[in-house]
Amino acid sequence: MFKITDEVIDTQRVISVVEADDAGAIVHFLGTVRNNTGGRRTLYLEYEAYAPMAEKKMAEIAHEIREKWGLDRVAMIHRVGRVEIGEVSVAVAVASPHRSDGFEACKYAMDRLKQVVPIWKREIWEDGAEEWVKPDPVYFDVDRGVRRSDG
Amino acid sequence: MKVTVKYFAVCHEELGREEEEMELPEGATLRAILDRLEEEWPEITEFYQVMQMSVNWDYATEDTELSDGDEVALIPPVTGG
Repeated sequence: MFKITDEVIDTQRVISVVEADDAGAIVHFLGTVRNNTGGRRTLYLEYEAYAPMAEKKMAEIAHEIREKWGLDRVAMIHRVGRVEIGEVSVAVAVASPHRSDGFEACKYAMDRLKQVVPIWKREIWEDGAEEWVKPDPVYFDVDRGVRRSDG
Repeated sequence: MKVTVKYFAVCHEELGREEEEMELPEGATLRAILDRLEEEWPEITEFYQVMQMSVNWDYATEDTELSDGDEVALIPPVTGG
């Protein structure tokens, strides 16, 4: 399951779609909306996605996980629209025969999501201001920018 | 030929529209779209270091040649999670 949704994420379902008899572990990650950034109070977040491309990139991440760890049961779902404090904005689940591969693959899935999946987060502050969140340089690959030879 | 160009996040905001059809000469590349947009929004060049583009749901470089019916998007730095 690779999905962009505007509905509340059913976290149990994200787990159940990866369940398998040969799994010894299911590693599950939930990203939730924090009430502040650097101490400044956040009211809520708004997410926008390029849905068909986002779902395609999620499927490609799962393919990378299959190549790296041989795991083929991965689910990723990301919410769009207004998401309230404490609500789940993203959920990832990976089933694996042994837990260490599952932990690594789950972390990899989230790291890659933050690099390549076209989703944007807008922060709405308690003081009334709002802005598109700037990317974390950790996940930002500057070599991929649109650069022009004349400038 | 005709392509669809989609704008997200800051690009959507700056250009005031989510998408448009663009008529381009045969053999045009993504660069032709940027040239067109620069006339309307010169500050777009400030985003070139951080922005990406896609063709038919895959990232592409500015020298990618376009075909009729392609779906192009401007992809500002992604911030999912």
